[in-house]
Amino acid sequence: MPPLLSIRNLHTEFRTGRGVVRAVGGISYTVEAGETVAIVGESGSGKSVGAMSILRLIPDPPGRIVSGEIIFDGRDLLKLPDEAMRKLRGGEIGMIFQEPMTSLNPVLTVGRQITETLEQHRGATPAVARQRARDLLGMVGIADPDRRLKQYPHQLSGGMRQRIMIAIALTCDPKLIIADEPTTALDVTIQAQILELMKDLTQRLNIALVIITHNLGVVARYANRVNVMYAGRIVESGSAAAIYHDPRHPYTIALLRSVPRLDRPRQDRLDPVEGQPPDLTRLDAGCAFRPRCRFAIAACAESSPALTAIGEPGHAAACFRAADIASEIGKAA
Amino acid sequence: MSSPVTQLPAGPLLKVKGLHMHFPISEGMLFRRSIGQVKAIDGVDFTVQRGETLGLVGESGCGKTTTGRCILRLEKPTAGEIIYDGVDLAGLAPKDLRAMRRRIQVIFQDPYSSLNPRMKVGAIIEEPMKVHGTEPDPTRRRERARELLSVCGLAADFADRYPHEMSGGQRQRVGIARALALNPEFIVCDEPVSALDVSIQAQVVNLLEDLREKFGLTYLFIAHDLSVVRHLCQRVAVMYLGRIVEMTDSDTLFDAPLHPYTQALLAAVPVPDPFVEQGRVFRPVQGEVPSPINPPSGCVFHPRCPIAVESCKHTRPEPREVRPGHIVACSQVNLQ
Repeated sequence: MPPLLSIRNLHTEFRTGRGVVRAVGGISYTVEAGETVAIVGESGSGKSVGAMSILRLIPDPPGRIVSGEIIFDGRDLLKLPDEAMRKLRGGEIGMIFQEPMTSLNPVLTVGRQITETLEQHRGATPAVARQRARDLLGMVGIADPDRRLKQYPHQLSGGMRQRIMIAIALTCDPKLIIADEPTTALDVTIQAQILELMKDLTQRLNIALVIITHNLGVVARYANRVNVMYAGRIVESGSAAAIYHDPRHPYTIALLRSVPRLDRPRQDRLDPVEGQPPDLTRLDAGCAFRPRCRFAIAACAESSPALTAIGEPGHAAACFRAADIASEIGKAA
Repeated sequence: MSSPVTQLPAGPLLKVKGLHMHFPISEGMLFRRSIGQVKAIDGVDFTVQRGETLGLVGESGCGKTTTGRCILRLEKPTAGEIIYDGVDLAGLAPKDLRAMRRRIQVIFQDPYSSLNPRMKVGAIIEEPMKVHGTEPDPTRRRERARELLSVCGLAADFADRYPHEMSGGQRQRVGIARALALNPEFIVCDEPVSALDVSIQAQVVNLLEDLREKFGLTYLFIAHDLSVVRHLCQRVAVMYLGRIVEMTDSDTLFDAPLHPYTQALLAAVPVPDPFVEQGRVFRPVQGEVPSPINPPSGCVFHPRCPIAVESCKHTRPEPREVRPGHIVACSQVNLQ
C-alpha cells in the first residue's frame, strides 16, 4: 500500500527585500497511515514552512511553492483546485497550531467554532453538529462540555484552548493531523497532558500525526520516525531509536550533545553547537552546516550531500562523512 | 574591568523575608474601585549566598518573575524585606536605590524586545555607564563597550551594528554585556536562554558560567527549563502559586525531590532518549494551575496533589526544614 502522505522534492521560497529565502530546499519524506512522524529543527530550518506547504498555507506573495509533489491519499495536493483544497483542510487533514489564542476566532464561542467546521465540511444540521461538538469535548478531556461550548477562547486557559484546537482538528475524522509546535506555549505539566492526549487519540483513531517541534525530549517520547531539518533540508531521517542512538549527521550529533539531560549525571560543561545559524539568503552550493561542523572536509564546500541510506533500513543522512563519523563518535563517547 | 576574583567572602548577599506582592484588580473607568487582588507572591523567604547561583523555577504565574522584579525594585513589594548586603531594598528611597542598582543588574528573556532597535550595540552597552556616570570619558566608555563585547564572545566591531543585524544568540550576548557594564555583583537572569534555539542555548549557558567565575558574580536564575536549571544552579527553589514549595541543593532536588509538585514537575519533562522514555511509566499530574486571584484554601497544590489528605484543604503548610538545608512546604512529607 502506498504511504498516506508522500512529499517529493518540495521547494518553497520567499522573496524578501534582502533576496530570495530558500526556506525549503528540496525535502522528501513519507508518512504511513497511523504513524507519528516528527520534524525537528531550529528556527529558520524550514520545518514549519514545509508543513504549511502541505496545506498550501504559504502566503503568496511573498512565498511560493516552487516545485515538488505532495501526494496525499492518491492526490497531488499541489495540483488540486482551491475549492477541493479548502475541503481537505480541516476535513481529511486536521491542523493544530502553536498558539491556540491566535488560531481560534476570538469573537466566536468554542461551540460555534466546532459546529461551523461540521456544517461547512459535512453539511450537518445544527442539532447534529451540537451533539457531535459535545462528544468531541468529552473525547479531549473537557469536563462540563455544555458550559464550555458557550464560552469564548479568552475565558479558557492555554491548556484548555489547546484541547479545543484538538477537538476541532478531530471534527471531521481526519486521516492526518499536522501539529506545529503544539505544546511550545504551554507549561511543562500541561504539555505532558496535551501530548498524552494526542498520542492516545491518534492511536485509538488511527490518525497519522506530523508533529513539528524543537523539543528533543518530546520527539523521543512520541515519534515513530524523525526527520531532522537544517537550513531548509532534511539532513537526517530514521526511526527515533536510530536518530538518538546512532546519529550519523554532525548536526544531529551536536544537537543531541548540546542539551543538558535530567536523566544523566550533571556535566561539568555543556558542549554547544558552535557558531550561528546560517543566513538563508546566502546559501551556497556546499553543505549549509559546514561552517559549524567539526567533521567538515574540502568536498563539503563543493556540493551539498544528498540524503543517503546508512545504518539500519530506513535510516539516512545527508553527510559525506556519515560512514566514518560513527566510529569517531564511538571513540569520543 | 574588575580583576578576577579568586576568593569570595562567604555569607549571604541577599536575604528575602516574608515577601508579598499583591496586585489590585480594579474595575470602573471614572470611579475606580478595587474588586480583588492577584497574589503574585504570597510569603516567600530565601537567601542567596555570595558567588552561588540560586535557581527559581515554576510554571507561568507562579511568581518567579515578579520575585525577580521585586529584587530589582521594578515593583515595590506589598510587604516583606529584601536585605541586600545589609540594606533593605524594599523600603529604599529612589535616590538610594539608584546607587544599589549599579550593584544589581538584569538579563531579560527576550533579546529582541530588550534591546533598543534604534541604538547601535555600542551605544546600548555604553548607556548604563552614561546614566550612572561610572565612565565619564566618551573614549574610555567606547573602549570599555568593545572590551565587554569581547568578554561576551563577540567581535569588537559588533559595536557599530544594530540589533536587527544580529542573531538571537548574538543579541543575548549584547544583553549580557550591558548587564556587566557597571561591574555588578548580582545579576537577576530572567529566562535568559528560553527564547534561544537549542543549539545556541548551550553557548549562552557556558558564557554565564564563565562570567560567574571570572567576575565572582552571584546569580538569581529564573527559568522554567529544569535541565538548564540543574546544570547552572547550586541551589533551587520551586515556586507554585506565589509560594516556595521546596528548596534545597540542586543534586538533592533533582535526585530525590520531596514535594509532590516538584515530583510532578520533574516527571513531566521528557528526556531526549526514546529507550528511556519507552521504559517510563508516565502519569501526568491532573488539572491546571488555579487562579492566583482566588487560590485554593489550605495547601494551594491540594486540588492536583496525588497524596493530599483532608487536612490539606484547610491548613496551609508552612515551609519547614526537613533536613539541613532542605525546605519543604508539605504536611505529608516525613523523613524517618
